[in-house]
Amino acid sequence: MRDIFVDTLIELAEQNPDIVLITGDLGFGVLGRFEEKFPKQYINAGVAEQNMTALAAGMALSGKTVFTYSIANFPTLRCLEQLRNDVCYHKANVISVSIGGGFSYGGLGASHHATEDIAILRALPNIHAMVPSDKWEVEEATKFLSQGVGPGFLRLDKTLPDTSGSVPDEFSIGRARLIRDGADAAVIVAGGILQEVMEATNLLDQRGISVRVLTMPSVSHIDSDAIAKAVEDTDALFTVEEHRIVGGLGSAVAEHALENRLKPSVFRRLGIQGSDFVTDVGSQAYMKKVAGIDGPQLADKIQKSLGQ
Amino acid sequence: MQNSRVVGRIAADSKRVAARIRRKAVDMTNLSGASHVGSCLSIADILAVLYSSVLRVDPTDPESSDRDRFILSKGHAAAALYAALSEVGFLNDEEVLSHCSDGSRLMGHASHHLPGVEFSTGSLGHGLPVGGGMAMADFMNGKDRRTVVLLSDGECDEGSNWEAIMFAGHHKLKNLMAIVDYNKIQSLKTTTDTLDLEPFADKWSAFGWAVEEIDGHDHAALLAAFSRVPQQGDGPRVVICHTTKGKGVSFMENSVLWHYRSPQGDEYQAAIAELENE
Repeated sequence: MRDIFVDTLIELAEQNPDIVLITGDLGFGVLGRFEEKFPKQYINAGVAEQNMTALAAGMALSGKTVFTYSIANFPTLRCLEQLRNDVCYHKANVISVSIGGGFSYGGLGASHHATEDIAILRALPNIHAMVPSDKWEVEEATKFLSQGVGPGFLRLDKTLPDTSGSVPDEFSIGRARLIRDGADAAVIVAGGILQEVMEATNLLDQRGISVRVLTMPSVSHIDSDAIAKAVEDTDALFTVEEHRIVGGLGSAVAEHALENRLKPSVFRRLGIQGSDFVTDVGSQAYMKKVAGIDGPQLADKIQKSLGQ
Repeated sequence: MQNSRVVGRIAADSKRVAARIRRKAVDMTNLSGASHVGSCLSIADILAVLYSSVLRVDPTDPESSDRDRFILSKGHAAAALYAALSEVGFLNDEEVLSHCSDGSRLMGHASHHLPGVEFSTGSLGHGLPVGGGMAMADFMNGKDRRTVVLLSDGECDEGSNWEAIMFAGHHKLKNLMAIVDYNKIQSLKTTTDTLDLEPFADKWSAFGWAVEEIDGHDHAALLAAFSRVPQQGDGPRVVICHTTKGKGVSFMENSVLWHYRSPQGDEYQAAIAELENE
């Protein structure tokens, strides 16, 4: 996803000289293309995320649209107060881009697992928190956030699901996107874990269970109508995220469902369970297995919850 | 830019402006029961010189794209900033006295929702990194306006400042000036007893900043130091102002107590009497 982001940003920076990319000294082999093309629109702020984020706010308040770039929790939790006070409170056009959502850096240990960021970032005022699930959503989210819409969070993933069979929609903030339709249950998902969801739904197809899949790229602006329709059509609602189930996409969907008096017979948040950190080490695929959110385990959990 | 003040020359009444800032800060903290009057008195002279003779800002056009940027990073001394802004026409005296009261726009820490307040602060260690960003953007855009950030000494404990100091030094941001209110007293004790800043000037210097140390209550020295931005040489500039916490009210001077205590009753009357005799 990061290469798609950089390609998109290069296109945007060509049209808008006020777009600036600041890295926290990461992006080896990825950001070089941007730096070569736009040396005056590129800054390496060093390993100093607090300054990177506050600096971005100051630049944004002087007319720039600034993308800050780092991995896992570094451009978000490490500098959370700068995001809250300097960026969000001042409605500055700063977009915090985190490469490595969820277990993208699974082998590097708990410090590099971004598994609470959706919950924390979506709670910030004035922010557009975006968790794209495929190439098209990365492109559209990047374009949207570059348009001077205020603070943004863009959570990118190492996994890039293949959604070539699905039809790109008209991108609109706060709207879910239909990836595939189904009648027995609906899954709402955000992020590269869509790949596991697609595997799960294929397995469920073979077991005679048809599942609707919706992506919800704007986790700060939930699509209540899509949730309502999913409950009305299927009566069984699931959320899937590569994130702790506390406060994330599942919580956001649950808030909207309850407040809108939706009463699905089945509702379940699928994500990282338990109160402790996931301390295993391994590839992203391995870590998803450990956390019980790989395709086969998702299929089993959905099937079991449906009582089939 | 329209401006009735003569920028670059000491205003004839800058001492009177400082005295009025002190009086208003004492009145505001008295009426609201707010803390930090000592921190306000400490910077009254700095603000008086900045607003009467240095900053190119215009109350009739607060958002002017040519304006200088001033950030009060020690946002807890907002009462002094609001008082200074009322002296140059951004706020009126009546509103200033609503400080911290129900429904007021004047919150206890600096608020950008007020005209003339560039940036909201309150949590320490934010102003200089943001100011560095403003200066960087102006440098990239070829603008000659200046960014000035006023920090407290205790605030320099925050590591984020040193990230910004390193960044501004590396990028030689000549249009950035930091001012430190070095009154040597922070929240609970002296800076020496808490986290000693010394050798303070050498630390800034080692990060590539031009350093000047002055008496932070000497208006001529303040104007001379503040007028050297943008820097003639390389890099950004810091003016370390040696100040007295609670300056102007004898029983508040050099006292940790008046970081928190609000002047009430006889203490308020005594403070006003001293300030009126200044």
